[in-house]
Amino acid sequence: MADENVIQALEDKIAELRRLVERDGVDLREELALLEQRLQALRREHYRGLSDWDRVRLARHPGRPRGLELVIRVCEDFYELRGDRMGGDDPALRGGLARLGERPVMVLFHHRGSSKEEQRACRAGMALPSGYRKAARLMRLADRLRLPLVTFIDTPGAYPGVEAEERNIAGAIAECIATMLSLSVPTVAVILGEGGSGGAIALAVADRVLMLENATYTVISPEGAAAILWKDATAAPQAAQALALSAPRLLELGVVDEVIPEPLGGAHVDPEATAQVVRASLIKHLAELQALPVDRRRHLRYSRYRNAGSRGTKAKAG
Amino acid sequence: MPIRRDDRDRYVEVELRRGEEPLWLRCGSCGELVFRRKLQENSYICPRCGAYFFLTAEERIAALVDEGSFEDLTLPLESDDPLSFSDRKPYADRLKEARGSTGLSDAVVVGRGRIEGRKVILAVMDFRFIGGSMGIVAGEQLAFAMERAVEERVPFLFVVASGGARVQEGVLSLLQMAKTVAARERLAEAGVPYIAVLTYPSTGGVMASLASLADVTLAEQGALIGFAGPRVIQQTTGEKPPPGFQRARYALEHGLVDGVVPREGLRQELARLLRVLEGVPSG
Ligand SMILES: [Zn+2]
Repeated sequence: MADENVIQALEDKIAELRRLVERDGVDLREELALLEQRLQALRREHYRGLSDWDRVRLARHPGRPRGLELVIRVCEDFYELRGDRMGGDDPALRGGLARLGERPVMVLFHHRGSSKEEQRACRAGMALPSGYRKAARLMRLADRLRLPLVTFIDTPGAYPGVEAEERNIAGAIAECIATMLSLSVPTVAVILGEGGSGGAIALAVADRVLMLENATYTVISPEGAAAILWKDATAAPQAAQALALSAPRLLELGVVDEVIPEPLGGAHVDPEATAQVVRASLIKHLAELQALPVDRRRHLRYSRYRNAGSRGTKAKAG
Repeated sequence: MPIRRDDRDRYVEVELRRGEEPLWLRCGSCGELVFRRKLQENSYICPRCGAYFFLTAEERIAALVDEGSFEDLTLPLESDDPLSFSDRKPYADRLKEARGSTGLSDAVVVGRGRIEGRKVILAVMDFRFIGGSMGIVAGEQLAFAMERAVEERVPFLFVVASGGARVQEGVLSLLQMAKTVAARERLAEAGVPYIAVLTYPSTGGVMASLASLADVTLAEQGALIGFAGPRVIQQTTGEKPPPGFQRARYALEHGLVDGVVPREGLRQELARLLRVLEGVPSG
């Protein structure tokens, strides 16, 4: 399999040549075309043999389109609504009104931030109780205004801090799940990057769950599982494999409804193209859901989650 | 390994017991050898130092419901190991061992019983079964229990003893949070009271779903209540949790529970609560 470092080096080289062309006006078209060809071939080769661990790394790629940057590519006129109305506003879980394919929607998303400062404030996308309380508030608002709800999930998990515990992070997540399950409006969740345990499922109990090709969705991080079950931090790649956290595996298991393809090399290679595919898929699913009567939609959602994983049981032996 | 914790007002310790049932048990806190029968009469609290012993689901049920009133309704289900999961040991083997040592099919026992004459549907977790972790079978049992409570219009009592979601069933375990919350929505719509008793430990995925959504939430004294464990907190954030962190009294002080009840008073407390709730659900 092609080495990621080789691909990275080639990407850097191409970028450097492009800068030269821009700055000095040298004609490097032929060299660039050759290098581009080589890069595409390497990506194709690399991509074919992706392991689940490779996907974990792609899902965490710093250039991956996510958060606000992705939302404003997917939707128009994003109008942010802030605050949980109980004393906090978490920058790691944001939301607001937007338009998507001619209709108004409510969007919620984890946010990691772009500048160093913003990233610190967002704690790598690990949201606080106030984030989940804001999310539940906006879910209720969506229901009141009859706006479909679209969530974008990308978090390593809810923030594990002393204050988060004191402010009942567990209860805030539970309320979020309960609220989202109870909505009358159509709901679609998109797992963009990392779908990390409770912090992810709080926004993922939707009518339709879509997942980017290289996103992950898991009960525990591969590193966490490696530490607990393998007692060996280096076993994370094996843990990733065992946890069935990749989009193709979760499609097989019926946990997600659709895998959204990414550009060759991963979503970071072409954020705009990625956003357009996500947008098209969302519009399609929302239209399908909107066509169903409310009761039917709610019934389908209820049975989906009431029966989740039931095939994974068997009658007691003996 | 006994777990030493300070609950401020009382030294409480719990000890996990496995395997056969000897006549004498050693207290993991003070080292005292206690006659089993004596321990049982004392709500599995060490008569010398007051340490709490872990309770099996069976012992917990016996301690809470009227003698002879319990009817086991647990569904005859087992995990089918849907991911064919294996770490250092195949999950299938872990399941077999847990079934063998506990005599249970999974971590939740469901039944019907009476507390001082008042009917309840109970779901009780057994920490011995892979840490009381919630996988698909536990999720099914809990949802089923709530459905029975709706059908029979009888209060639902959930006794929590769980470290969180069952890692070996991956996202399917995570989805049990959604399953149990969905079933709880039906319970709430039917106006059937739901009482949770949080014990040591009540953490992770179970706490971030069903266990946090009760109408009345009681903590057994010394209970551990939270989402992330202290080690994860320290590793991720560098914060040092304060003394008594995530223990029952701390949870009470931070508004997470309605009351903290010593183990020996739990049955009486539940009886008192059920008496107040007499006539609910109405009709
Ligand atoms: Zn003792």
